[in-house]
Amino acid sequence: MRMVNGLIDWVDARLPVVNSYKKHMSEYYAPKNFNFWYYFGVLSMVVLVNQLLTGIWLTMFYSPSQGFESVEFIMRDVQWGWLIRYMHAVGASAFFAVVYLHMFRGLLYGSYKPPRELVWIFGMLIYVALMAEGFLGYVLPWGNMSYWGAQVIISLAGAIPFDILPFIDAKDAKEIGDALTTWVRGDYLLSTATVNKFFALHVVAIPLVLVALVFLHILALHEVGSNNPDGVEIKQNKDENGIPRDGIPFHPYYTVKDLPGVIIFLIIFAVVVFFFPTGGGYLIEKPNFVPADPLKTPDHIAPVWYYGPYYAMLRATTIDWFGMSSKAWGLIAMGGGIVVLFLLPWLDRHPVKSIRYKGWLSKLLLLVFAADFVMLGYLGTQPASGLAKTLAQIGTVYYFAFFFIGLPLAHRFEKAKPVPERVTGGH
Amino acid sequence: MSNDGVNTSRRTFLIGLTSAVGAAGALGAAVPFVKSWQPSAKAENAGAPVQVDISKLEMGQRVVQEWRGQPVWVIRRSEETVSALDALNDQLKDPQSEQDQQPAYASSLWRSIKKEYLILIGICTHLGCSPLYEEEPTVELKEGGFFCPCHGSKFDLAGRVYQGVPAPTNMVVPPHSYLSESVVIVGSEEGETKA
Repeated sequence: MRMVNGLIDWVDARLPVVNSYKKHMSEYYAPKNFNFWYYFGVLSMVVLVNQLLTGIWLTMFYSPSQGFESVEFIMRDVQWGWLIRYMHAVGASAFFAVVYLHMFRGLLYGSYKPPRELVWIFGMLIYVALMAEGFLGYVLPWGNMSYWGAQVIISLAGAIPFDILPFIDAKDAKEIGDALTTWVRGDYLLSTATVNKFFALHVVAIPLVLVALVFLHILALHEVGSNNPDGVEIKQNKDENGIPRDGIPFHPYYTVKDLPGVIIFLIIFAVVVFFFPTGGGYLIEKPNFVPADPLKTPDHIAPVWYYGPYYAMLRATTIDWFGMSSKAWGLIAMGGGIVVLFLLPWLDRHPVKSIRYKGWLSKLLLLVFAADFVMLGYLGTQPASGLAKTLAQIGTVYYFAFFFIGLPLAHRFEKAKPVPERVTGGH
Repeated sequence: MSNDGVNTSRRTFLIGLTSAVGAAGALGAAVPFVKSWQPSAKAENAGAPVQVDISKLEMGQRVVQEWRGQPVWVIRRSEETVSALDALNDQLKDPQSEQDQQPAYASSLWRSIKKEYLILIGICTHLGCSPLYEEEPTVELKEGGFFCPCHGSKFDLAGRVYQGVPAPTNMVVPPHSYLSESVVIVGSEEGETKA
């Protein structure tokens, strides 16, 4: 024991180990009233570890020049390869599932409001990196949906309306777009050059960025402290030792509380991995079990479910407004749908943080928003015809109206309940 | 640190100058990384423009040439064929070629630079099968044209799509130009793009 202590002292004199442990674990005071919604942060972390671990193992057997064959090799010939591959593929969907719930928690309790704007911004950057990571990863098995999905997404670069710039005309804009798509593909058609590039980005570049962003997200969070379901700042009520009266140390209280949550999550995750690894075509689409075929377009090119809402927005625009093509407007709607989330801390002008003490209007708007997002997600995976297209258009309008009209103005039309001094509930 | 006797404007200038040189260096260093994403020399060769000799083409004959992994058709059309195109307009989805499926110099009614020679990418715009060339009238195509055996899409002899078939758009005209009276180059506009 004396030797162990001696070692810790020796290291601690050279690296802030004990200090960091206290700051982030044993003396990080989190509000005592966390509820169900507060599991999804730690669950994102669990899935991240799963993705890194299974991902590293997959690179040991995958080869980008034989994308489809090497994935089949992993599935059929590598011992336990099928499990590692399905853990990784289902893990991608699980990542988005927990991240969407984690983000919804932020919307519920105003976790993005001052002083937590940067926590939210870093979180959004993680979300964007995750979308890039998911797309790049979906291309690697080089199935037919990999191919055609990549075809559609990369061709979006050709739809960027460069001609809104005064010194670029429509013809030049098309040439710039074509040059850009060629640059991204690294060839005149989707080829091994593209897969190789995407492989490098998927396994090295984006994961590095992702891990760095997660680090910053947590660092920023621990600087300002966690929000809670009441939206009460626990740091404003400290005892004589400077410890928040409504706070409890993260370790052991929340580490122990999170553990059952992680176990239940892993049970659900295992059920999906073992019994529904393709999720009926929602997690791995059916055409992706056929090799990429440039001469055979799948009947219906649909994104995986987690891109659904933005894909629905992309397709919802059908009018050439103000001299810009409907395709360009689709791109603007899709990009805008993500950019607007970054602005959330400044769009929400409500004096109250938590939905618990906001009025009926805010509650209704948020409820409809959640339903709207789910609806758009579903529509994005379906063929865009008649009713589906109209619903997607209404859904897109509501999505933006929620951010630009609902959040800034709702508090003027409702009476908020008084926010308590201290958090409620918790033991 | 004391700032006594420091020439601050000189210091600011030097910091600015050093930063500018550093930024220029960083920009230069980024070039190889950005450029490496362009098609490699090998991919460029494989995607290079191809020349087609059209001097020996008989009236109504078609030659097929591969370009970037796709079949490119060159078809010699008679004057009657071209003049018959106009009459089909009301049976077509996009008779005036308003959709962006061809270079600007091939957006005429006959969808080619010279009326006589039609140059098309021989792939159906529905699901990528290669349509059959029906030089003579058939049951499906009374004026001749292209018939896709996969799902029954029909195109006229300018690659314009008929109404009521699954294909959404006209067939694609690749960028091309004439190096001389008898040589077409597909994938390049270095030659003549006027009739």
